[in-house]
Amino acid sequence: MSIPRNALTAALAMILMTVLLGVVYPLAITGISQVAFPGNANGQKVYVNGKLVGSKIIGQQFATPVLKNGKPEEEKGVPVTTPDPRYFQTRPSATVPPDNAAGTTFSNLGPNNKSTEEEIAANIKAYLELNAPYDPGLSTANVPVDAADSSASGIDPEISQANARIQAHRVAAIRHVPLTQVLGLISNYTTGRSLGIFGEPGVDVLELNLALDRLTGGR
Amino acid sequence: MTLQGWVQIVVFFAIIVAITPLLGGYMARVYTGQRVFLARVLGPFERGIYRAIRADVRREQDWKLYAASVMLFSLAGWLLLYLILRTQTLHPFNPEGFHSAPWNVTFNTVTSFLTNTNWQYYGGETTMSYFSQMAGLTVQNFVSAAVGICVAVALIRGIIGRNGKGLGNFWQDLVRTVLYVLLPISVLGALVLVSQGAIQTLGHYLSFTGPTGLEGHMAVGPVASQEVIKNLGTNGGGFFNTNGAHPFENPNGLTNIFEILLVFCIPASLTATYGRMVGSRRQGWALFAAMTVMFVAGVAVLYAAEVHGTPAQHAAGLHTQVYSGSTGGNMEGKEQRFGIAGSALFNTVTTDTSTGAVNAAFDSLTGLGGAVPMANLATGEVIFGGVGSGLYVMLLYVLLAVFIGGLMVGRTPEMLGKKIEAREIKLASMGILITPLTALMSTALAIADHAGRVSIFNKGPQGFSETFYAYLSQSNNNGSAFAGYTGFIQPNAGNVGSHGITFADLLGGFDLAFARYAPILFVLAVAGSLAGKRVSPAGLGTMRTDNPTFVVLLIGVIILVGALTFFPALLIGPIVQSLTGHLY
Repeated sequence: MSIPRNALTAALAMILMTVLLGVVYPLAITGISQVAFPGNANGQKVYVNGKLVGSKIIGQQFATPVLKNGKPEEEKGVPVTTPDPRYFQTRPSATVPPDNAAGTTFSNLGPNNKSTEEEIAANIKAYLELNAPYDPGLSTANVPVDAADSSASGIDPEISQANARIQAHRVAAIRHVPLTQVLGLISNYTTGRSLGIFGEPGVDVLELNLALDRLTGGR
Repeated sequence: MTLQGWVQIVVFFAIIVAITPLLGGYMARVYTGQRVFLARVLGPFERGIYRAIRADVRREQDWKLYAASVMLFSLAGWLLLYLILRTQTLHPFNPEGFHSAPWNVTFNTVTSFLTNTNWQYYGGETTMSYFSQMAGLTVQNFVSAAVGICVAVALIRGIIGRNGKGLGNFWQDLVRTVLYVLLPISVLGALVLVSQGAIQTLGHYLSFTGPTGLEGHMAVGPVASQEVIKNLGTNGGGFFNTNGAHPFENPNGLTNIFEILLVFCIPASLTATYGRMVGSRRQGWALFAAMTVMFVAGVAVLYAAEVHGTPAQHAAGLHTQVYSGSTGGNMEGKEQRFGIAGSALFNTVTTDTSTGAVNAAFDSLTGLGGAVPMANLATGEVIFGGVGSGLYVMLLYVLLAVFIGGLMVGRTPEMLGKKIEAREIKLASMGILITPLTALMSTALAIADHAGRVSIFNKGPQGFSETFYAYLSQSNNNGSAFAGYTGFIQPNAGNVGSHGITFADLLGGFDLAFARYAPILFVLAVAGSLAGKRVSPAGLGTMRTDNPTFVVLLIGVIILVGALTFFPALLIGPIVQSLTGHLY
């Protein structure tokens, strides 16, 4: 085959591959997935009273807008929020606004950078302010790493068990639920390692919070 | 480090060892024209494709025609992908109505996907329509991977060829790779991923109202079909900006392992394909052994470094030891469900190979931990390496090792009975040295010039690491990033008002193309040069290439030639940071 003939073949092959691999293949996988695993394929949506409240595997903020003169305060066009103490809080997130599942990003904070230290120190301070009043023994030394370090995706749906157990004191006190009951819920919504080997256990924050809402009627 | 962490790593690698002879043997049958079980179903389809693309596959191609076919196919792919990415407003399957990214970012992206790199200056969910992701990027994930495998197979044919100059037929190799290897595994793999929680939908992005009344938005898309080939084809380009850290791409500990099994399976198996095709399986296992040693060293260092934590964490007063209920270690830029071991393993595997998918933020790795991806890339991506490219670059190193070994014992160097002469060594050296040359020159250029430094995010040595890694990654066609480094300013999702950083986009783009296609041409030239040579029987003086001595020699050559070239750069970036607790 000569060069011009090969050029024709190249163009035809590229078009054919685009149809096969770029249209037929992904649409076929979409079709099969939508029939065989509709829940997973659409993102494990969670509804409460028929309203979409999030995805089981996507982290979100459990916070309320900060009001200034009766209006939501904004900083650089992003609403300022404060954690809602009734709820378990997800990990720190570098997205704008935090836990933005429509625009994920890493924090990209370097290992030997002052800005990283400041960010971690601020996260620790916020964590202690939120939780220490309900857990007097809590100090910087026992803040779990996942509570002070930003996640990779910015929308990590899980927190560590240690992190959840600390937050349980606060949530139990505010919701007037016995601590043991909250700890029980934590273990109910802890996902272990896959096949007992792969990955690390974690607590699904959305599911845990919704279970608490069901328990205390949203208060 | 925990016992459980190591069990995870060992189980993963045991599965790879088990897959290698099976898939490797299967691929050997595919490329030697033997009947495989899928041929009964796909055979008529395969022949139909040849007719449709007007390819006469009965005729063998010499190295020049094979190379011309590779280049023409890549050129056609480049033009089509550029056209697709620049016409997003006309696309079907664009529910968010995204505009196209600017020309310079698109130049970089197109070249990146053509070269099996998937370096991404853009964030997927804020830039690409579903049509771009499917008909543009996914297609290149398949065919750029296939091109790499074809070139490796052509080189093997050159090594074993005894009569004539033929290296096979590129169009046949291409179609067979797609139909018999990549597509069947992708179909099954995509469904496995969806069954575990990866998503696959063409619907709109979702809006929701959380329990506190706060509104949120969520990007979705046809993820699983792209995720599987992103890993299987050692491409690495995420559907979402945070790649394999995003729960919709990589939902749990099992998918985390499954995805890196996909990454390693073809590059590892190709060593067995090589062994079978040259008629001695030991030859394949020798390459496998050399790769294994370097893989284990990398994962051990990265794991240990991340367990230790970072100076920034310790300065903030954070305790990083592991205890019941906490992973400990450096969790900055890592996901809870993967922890330290799952992150160390994943990212070692994806930088050993030219995948560059990540499930953690490289910019936030510890100093020493960040040195591991760099060292992996510095070998020229031969620790299993990219699909095909790992094997063909490794075989260039084998030629060098044979040559150096031959000089040391004073014999004419031979490889599998064929004399290695000046021409082959020149071509092999050029093929190997192009990549470090490109990476280091570009780094120097980018760090010395203001136009290059505007892309940097972190201060101090980390800023150098970002720059160095950007050009190292693009030159090695890896695609992972110290992602603070940017070439795209995008104030809004959907690209309105966005602009690229031309210097970073173009320099990277040229690196991508040059360091992909120049080595391919040298490899095919070596194959052509070897193809016509006569085979002399092995004698007492023949240096064996399938025993432990040779494995050690091979690793030595890789470290000497590949890694030491980069030693000064490694010193300025990650090593200085791993030796000091100083914050910049």
